Amino acid sequence: MTFLIQQTLLYAVPLMLVALAGVFAERSGIINLALEGIMIFGAFIGVLFVRMMQSTEFFLAANEAKNYLAMQGLELLAMLAAAVMGAIFSLLLSFASVNLRADQTIGGTALNLMAPALVLFLIRIIANQNTLQMAQGDAASWFMIKKTTLGFSRTDDLGFLGNTFLHQVYLATYVCIILFVVLSIILYKTRFGLRMRSCGENPQAADSLGINVYKMRYAGTTISGALAGMGGFVYALTTANCASTGDVAGFGFLALAVMIFGNWKPLNIAGAALLFGLFKCVAASYSSIDINGDGVYLLAQIGLSPHLYRMLPYIITLLVLAFTSKSSRASKAEGIPYDKGSR
Amino acid sequence: MKDFFSVLYRKEGTRSVIASLISIVIGLLVGSLLILIVGATSKNLSLSTAWEGIRIVLMGIFSTGRDAAGALTWGFNPQSIGNMLFRATPLILTGLSVAVAFKTGLFNIGAPGQYLMGTAVTLVIALSVPSGSIPAIIVWLLAFLGGMLAGALWGAIPGLVKAFLNINEVLACIMTNWIAANLVTWFFDSTKVFQNTVENTKSGYIYMTDYGRTMVDGAWTYVRGNGVSTPKMGLDRIFPGSQVNGGILIAIVIAVVIYILMSKTTLGYQLKACGSNRHAARYAGVNDRRNIVLSMAIAGALSGAGAALYYLSGNTEFFWSTYQSLPATGFNGIPVALLAVNNPIAVIFTGIFMSMLNIVGLQLTNLTAYNEYITDVIIATIVYLSAFSLVIKMLLRGRKKHKAAATAHTAPAQGTGTENAPQPADGTPPEDTAKDKAPDTAQAEEGGERV
Repeated sequence: MTFLIQQTLLYAVPLMLVALAGVFAERSGIINLALEGIMIFGAFIGVLFVRMMQSTEFFLAANEAKNYLAMQGLELLAMLAAAVMGAIFSLLLSFASVNLRADQTIGGTALNLMAPALVLFLIRIIANQNTLQMAQGDAASWFMIKKTTLGFSRTDDLGFLGNTFLHQVYLATYVCIILFVVLSIILYKTRFGLRMRSCGENPQAADSLGINVYKMRYAGTTISGALAGMGGFVYALTTANCASTGDVAGFGFLALAVMIFGNWKPLNIAGAALLFGLFKCVAASYSSIDINGDGVYLLAQIGLSPHLYRMLPYIITLLVLAFTSKSSRASKAEGIPYDKGSR
Repeated sequence: MKDFFSVLYRKEGTRSVIASLISIVIGLLVGSLLILIVGATSKNLSLSTAWEGIRIVLMGIFSTGRDAAGALTWGFNPQSIGNMLFRATPLILTGLSVAVAFKTGLFNIGAPGQYLMGTAVTLVIALSVPSGSIPAIIVWLLAFLGGMLAGALWGAIPGLVKAFLNINEVLACIMTNWIAANLVTWFFDSTKVFQNTVENTKSGYIYMTDYGRTMVDGAWTYVRGNGVSTPKMGLDRIFPGSQVNGGILIAIVIAVVIYILMSKTTLGYQLKACGSNRHAARYAGVNDRRNIVLSMAIAGALSGAGAALYYLSGNTEFFWSTYQSLPATGFNGIPVALLAVNNPIAVIFTGIFMSMLNIVGLQLTNLTAYNEYITDVIIATIVYLSAFSLVIKMLLRGRKKHKAAATAHTAPAQGTGTENAPQPADGTPPEDTAKDKAPDTAQAEEGGERV
């Protein structure tokens, strides 16, 4: 059970964050198909940052001395770097779709093609192979929080909750959850959020009330890019051992599915992300999950193919799209370039 | 002579060509610049290698390797050009797929999924039909048609949900892409018969289509050389050492057929009318729902045909565990179509251009310290630019208008900016004219039907 919850969270948290990234862009009126590309780019930047910092004397010494505070700080800094570069990368999309009134789907597709190409080109030059890994050690030894990290001894039993949420976890997961909550509140409970959402619903009306639609759309897409970039790095850190391969296995598109399944509402998105995360986790390790600890591998006995679990999120999303398109909470003006002159 | 050029310049098609050429030039510049930056900043690369890299990016198709002294040599390289034509085959077809959908106002980002379904069905048919008793050409034809049909059915799904439930086809396509990727992996994973076990050095591949299923000692086994492969049609003699086959000719024929379908038939006209304005088309009596489904099905069939031609060549292998990645050929149909401004004939040329970039990338990997991903950067730049190619075209048109205004009334015209220039009678944007014209004539057609 502990394993199941931990693994599900590892998959669900980046999904949740990137789905919220999609919401920010769409609420401001821009369809961000580039989530996948921005994630790939963010993962690359984060890993590169870690790699470069690792070879500085400060962090080498910190690793020697088991200075966990410094290493967790490095993790947070890498997340920040990924977020900043993700935001900058997403400017390409906002520039094309806000200033040049380009087709947003094509712009997003261009970014999705650009990110893996650029990242793989650079990885090949830097590492002479198709994977960029940490300079030394692995994600578990550098960044994972364990019992010993928190000052307990190896044999202490922390209880169910302690074992699940304090042992063998990543700080990044919790930071993402906090960010998710804070940003959801900003989007739905503050003046800034209301203004941004109005630009996605009826930009002309928003403009007539003195809101700068262009600025708001830039803000929405930039926040979206930052979150997607960070989500990409968190994904690479927690599920790919802090390595960048120019690929996030369709996670960005899965996040789009989560967003649609969650009907653009934060709580539903969190639920959808957990569900899809569970599917991912089951697909990855269905034969070795012992749900209630009685030695029976229930899922393996059911005998469903892992491919089915991998496919389910997309099928469910398609069905949800099909049956709820009438009550969809998608922004009214998304995908339509704002033109002051048009009526 | 000057008049000839100004007439040519005023044509919409010319402007499209110029806009595409500008996109290509900027794309190549970005690629070269990236190489230059990497070459100048990286410790183990020098500026002279960057210069070599840039030359290969620009003229790699004519590269013949390095001579004994290590300098790059240039000339006619039949192998490169033949491979370019071979790789262009699926690109032309996926490009057509995206272009046809675009004409109906749909963005077919589902080409990768349709391509995968086409691949799977083609391979299954080619490898299950006993080629011992049935002539190879018939097996080939069955597999080709099967691939097309599979693509068409897969493409029809987003079309159906778009037409009847009004769901954004882009999202539906993305979902069907990943469903296809998982479905194909699942299928080949569970039915182990098609996995190549003859060549032990490779794992994870499906048999090539010229492996025939024969009975050896009471068990089905696959033996190479049953002849299920696209005929070479003499092209291998022109381009010795390359993979080229008759598939490229088939692709060109299909492109011409699609051109005729889209611009010379009622069906094509109705499809385009739906694309220009779905509601106006319905008002004029065009069955918009049927046309949307049909358009996506045709698009899917074209992607499926691309996959069939690629894998029926007889010497291409399919890596079946594809659930984590979608085929790049499907996505590259998008730049092919965008660069061709959705013109089926132009797709032939842009498809060949894209595959040329592909070959250039391989040359870059083989001959220099840089790698093939630079060409994907160039392609992505071109797609990015085509997102606002309308703006480029507007700039081109604006310049012309400004000139015309300046010559017409010399003094007062100086003040008018490009944006505020009065609209000349013939200067209405072509998109609008298409929109206006479509319902009118369609209405006339409908009137004809009623009588």
